[in-house]
Amino acid sequence: MLEIKGLKVKLEDEDKQILKGVDLTVEAGKVHAIMGPNGSGKSTLSYVLSGRDGYEVTEGAASLDGEDLLEMEPEERAAEGLFLAFQYPVEIPGVSNMTFLRTAVNAQRKARDEEELSAADFLKDIRAKAKTLKIDADMLKRPVNMGFSGGEKKRNEILQMAMLEPKMCILDETDSGLDVDAMKLVSEGVNALRSEGRGFLVITHYQRLLDHIKPDVVHIMADGRIVKTGGPELALEVEENGYADILAEVA
Amino acid sequence: MRLAQLKQEATAAQLEDVALPESGAWLSAAREDALSRVKAMGLPHARDEYWKYTRPDTLTSAEPVEAALFVNDEEPMFHEIDRLKIVFVDGVYDAEASDDFAGEGLTIERLADIGQADIHWAKDLYGTLEIKGQDPVERPLAALNTALATDGVAIHVTGQVSKPVSLIYKHESTTSDAILHHVIKLDAEAKLTVLENGPAAARFNKMIEVDVADKAEFHHIRSQGRDHERRAVTHTFARLGTESVFKSFTVTANGILTRNECVIELTGDDAVAHVAGACVGDGDFHHDDTVFVTHDAVNCESRQVFKKVLRNGATGVFQGKILVQPGAQKTDGYQISQSLLLDDDSQFLAKPELEIYADDVACSHGSTSGAIDEEGLFYLRARGVPKDIATDLMTLAFLAEAVDEIEDEALRTSILARLELWLERRRG
Repeated sequence: MLEIKGLKVKLEDEDKQILKGVDLTVEAGKVHAIMGPNGSGKSTLSYVLSGRDGYEVTEGAASLDGEDLLEMEPEERAAEGLFLAFQYPVEIPGVSNMTFLRTAVNAQRKARDEEELSAADFLKDIRAKAKTLKIDADMLKRPVNMGFSGGEKKRNEILQMAMLEPKMCILDETDSGLDVDAMKLVSEGVNALRSEGRGFLVITHYQRLLDHIKPDVVHIMADGRIVKTGGPELALEVEENGYADILAEVA
Repeated sequence: MRLAQLKQEATAAQLEDVALPESGAWLSAAREDALSRVKAMGLPHARDEYWKYTRPDTLTSAEPVEAALFVNDEEPMFHEIDRLKIVFVDGVYDAEASDDFAGEGLTIERLADIGQADIHWAKDLYGTLEIKGQDPVERPLAALNTALATDGVAIHVTGQVSKPVSLIYKHESTTSDAILHHVIKLDAEAKLTVLENGPAAARFNKMIEVDVADKAEFHHIRSQGRDHERRAVTHTFARLGTESVFKSFTVTANGILTRNECVIELTGDDAVAHVAGACVGDGDFHHDDTVFVTHDAVNCESRQVFKKVLRNGATGVFQGKILVQPGAQKTDGYQISQSLLLDDDSQFLAKPELEIYADDVACSHGSTSGAIDEEGLFYLRARGVPKDIATDLMTLAFLAEAVDEIEDEALRTSILARLELWLERRRG
């Protein structure tokens, strides 16, 4: 589903190489996790895949179901089925959560030549999905992420994911800023979306998120490369011994 | 040659042969007085401090610059609102298109008719607030209006009015030069909403003088014409009594030149005055909001909220002043002007001023100018919203903060829906 080959990326404004050749394939129905120390390039990978400005791809390729992602605008990638749950969801004053989501859902449908969702159908859908994430009517009416707590922002990300029904979900440190209960709620939301046709790439520092969202494959990223790949046990190893041992081992 | 003398000589030459409109005794006297004041002041000049950001030459020239008509198939503004319609075509009252001047709680008369009366309430108002508003800053185009206005209405509100009075200005001639002057008097505890809309004329000089008595409430919602080439200078003068309320909102899209002056004096304690505006300028567009609020009583509140979205070289101007007179304690004055610049070619010029002569007041002002938030834009795009729609969503949200100043929900919704439609149409 998601295929990344030899991806090298530098910052646009300065001569700093961040990704130094990333190879990664996420199959449909699988959950892949990327772990790694600070500054290893995990978040950069998620931003480059979703099309954020400020990065320059110097080599390599990334595709979703065979479609070249790197040539597309961010909105085209989204319509193609790519979703990034932001580490720091952005506040947008004056645009209500509801308007935002309805505009997004219908823009994607339009881009895929599908019929737009009626106001009634949309409302029914969003109410049901919001309820399972404990998002109340007030949060839907408020401007996007404005005045939301850390936990509310992350739940809102998962609500967007549930409404947009993407093929490929990237979760960038979704556990950061969450307490135990919020992590459980968010994880349940993610798990409910796991399906045969959908791939997940979960970026995290810590094993604890992976207790809730069980990965099929775990990658360790360091200094702009994936240095080790294994099963769920790799995450446990990190938890116990830290990154130092693994990095020493592959060095 | 000194500027004052230069202006006086140029003005005298230009107005030498001007004929005042035929009117009755008291109105003629007011006109003559105004004309002599214009001659003494001289018409605005590019070197005047008050006209530093807006060139007055096309507003003061003997003949107006031609303005092409803007044809579109949109529903007329406020079409969904039940209202009493008074129509002017290129500044001339159109009886056929207007509703009867009958309504509960108010009387409406034409300027042309009341001038003939020996005694009329409007005598105490016509030109009176304008003269008061000439100090401390001269407004010659307002005095010119008092002298030369050819039409307008006098509205006297004695109680609760069942529906808004809607002044509709149609533009049908490419060379029209319209001057309208309305006077509105609200008795104690009376309440009125006035709607204004339309492009009016190739060049439009319009004034409203409104006297809001104790505990009366005046609401004003205006949508200025979308004809790209039209020019307008407008003045709103208001005097507020004790516990009275004045709220004015203006939306402006297009128009090569607009100067809106709003001059408010809070003369009674506990009065409230709000002035707000949202404008969308694209290309050859110059929009100037000039506001002067004088606090001359205790415990009054004033608020100025102006938002401008500018692109393709459009210019926005804001000159806003709060003057707190000695003794006007417990004044709560607020002023904010903000622009959203969608490209590097557009500009926003702001001159916020506070002048305070009382020691127990809370006054604040702010002015910002910025581009669209790139983080927010990326967030919306990452959810599949195309860049142009995302930009419009954020633009509308920015403008909505000014539109929210409108108290009436139906009118607020009407203006917002219109702004959304205009943005959508522009997007194509």
